[in-house]
Amino acid sequence: MHRKTDTLLVIVALVTLWQVLHWIVGSVALTSPADTLARAVELLGSATFWPHVAETGIALLYSLLLAVFGGLTIGIALGINRLAGEVAEPILVSLYSLPKITLYPVILLAFGLGLSAKVAFGTIHGIIPVIIFTMNAVRTIPPVMLRSARVMRLSPPQLVSTIILPAALPELVSGLRVGFSLTLLGVLIGEMFASQRGLGYLVMNAIGGHDVRTMMAVVLILATTAVLISAGLLHIDRRMHRRAS
Amino acid sequence: MSWAGWLRLIVVSGAVLLLEVLCRAGVIAKTVLPAPSVMAGDLYRLLASGAASADIGETLGNVAMAVIASILLGFIGGVAIHAMPRVRRALDPFLATYYAVPFFVFYPVLIVIFGLGAAPIVVIGTLFGVVAMLINTLNGLDRIPRVLLKTARVHGMDPVRTALMVKLPSAAPFLFTGAKLAIAYCFIGVIAAEFIMSSSGIGYSIAYAFNNFDNARMYALMLFIIVLVTVLNAVLFTWERRIMQRRRR
Repeated sequence: MHRKTDTLLVIVALVTLWQVLHWIVGSVALTSPADTLARAVELLGSATFWPHVAETGIALLYSLLLAVFGGLTIGIALGINRLAGEVAEPILVSLYSLPKITLYPVILLAFGLGLSAKVAFGTIHGIIPVIIFTMNAVRTIPPVMLRSARVMRLSPPQLVSTIILPAALPELVSGLRVGFSLTLLGVLIGEMFASQRGLGYLVMNAIGGHDVRTMMAVVLILATTAVLISAGLLHIDRRMHRRAS
Repeated sequence: MSWAGWLRLIVVSGAVLLLEVLCRAGVIAKTVLPAPSVMAGDLYRLLASGAASADIGETLGNVAMAVIASILLGFIGGVAIHAMPRVRRALDPFLATYYAVPFFVFYPVLIVIFGLGAAPIVVIGTLFGVVAMLINTLNGLDRIPRVLLKTARVHGMDPVRTALMVKLPSAAPFLFTGAKLAIAYCFIGVIAAEFIMSSSGIGYSIAYAFNNFDNARMYALMLFIIVLVTVLNAVLFTWERRIMQRRRR
């Protein structure tokens, strides 16, 4: 109970900060929390808003599927083979910290305008953390488990499904959480530049038309959704780590 | 160099070579991706002509400011939050979900608040970097072995000396990790902000070249950023490993 009131207090503090900023810079720059919320409700109630949500949602879903399954496969392979993992790790870490936005033109040239470019951009953002987390999770599996698997003569698919996945699950959820945030970021950036649909496009369009109210409302909806999903994943993540330890 | 290091070199140069061959053979169209050697040549000419020096200088300046701000604010914030357990518990879920919020969308708001110019870009970079530093500062302070603190108390050290002689050295590897992440994130934030809307800097130059079909310039600058960030990260990564290894002994 204590925790919930504390969380609520933080939210109140954030909204107050927003309101104070609004008073300082005025409505032209930053709409007030109440005004933004009103516009957000208006957007959520309008029929033209939902196709954009669906567009972003589909791009996000495809990217997440690619990032998670691709990342899992590569991560498990690199985790099992120690040498390959050691060779790949610094490469992956530098790919992770690369400002991938600079690669956007290449993606656009390779995939053309539309859904595939967005999905590709989201995937390259999300797949690397999933690989890194999976690889580290597989590496830290107690050797005794792998040895018993060898004693019981498990086939590679059996090894993955009965030992590696369950043992690495908590770390996989952590990877998924980080991967989710980055995939969303990638998809949104993709939509901000070269798209005629989606929430990123709505934000960009509102910026172009100096419609601060709509911009803030879409940002509010996006941020709230992202934080809620991330918090849900965090909850699962913590529970799994507690059970594992 | 270790066996894995050599292998890594072979893998990376093999990939570049493969790309070169594919481009030269025409499997990858010239309009999509020029051959790596062509890119390197363009980059050399661009750097030699000095046409991009101003943009490069500006971006590096912005990144430097954002890095300094992130590290300072993240460290101070981390120490302050660590001292207040209740605040920390309340902030915890927000810190963990912080990176789920796409910050670029705040950029126009920042322009109105801070005006055009470097300030909003530096602020975006700082927003990206500061929480990585903060989280790692908290981690580092958490992992100080209890026995060290007890020893400090036994020796009757005052808080300032405990902080300087026990806490800081003990948390240093985590602080280094935080700084390393802050540098990487500041690069991402600054270049992305420049890319989205700005009138100078490397990110802007790439977007401008892209809009004007100036592929040679675009790929040269892209290569510049990739090489710069990769080298920087490789150096920090190796350094970090060495610190961690020394710690384990």
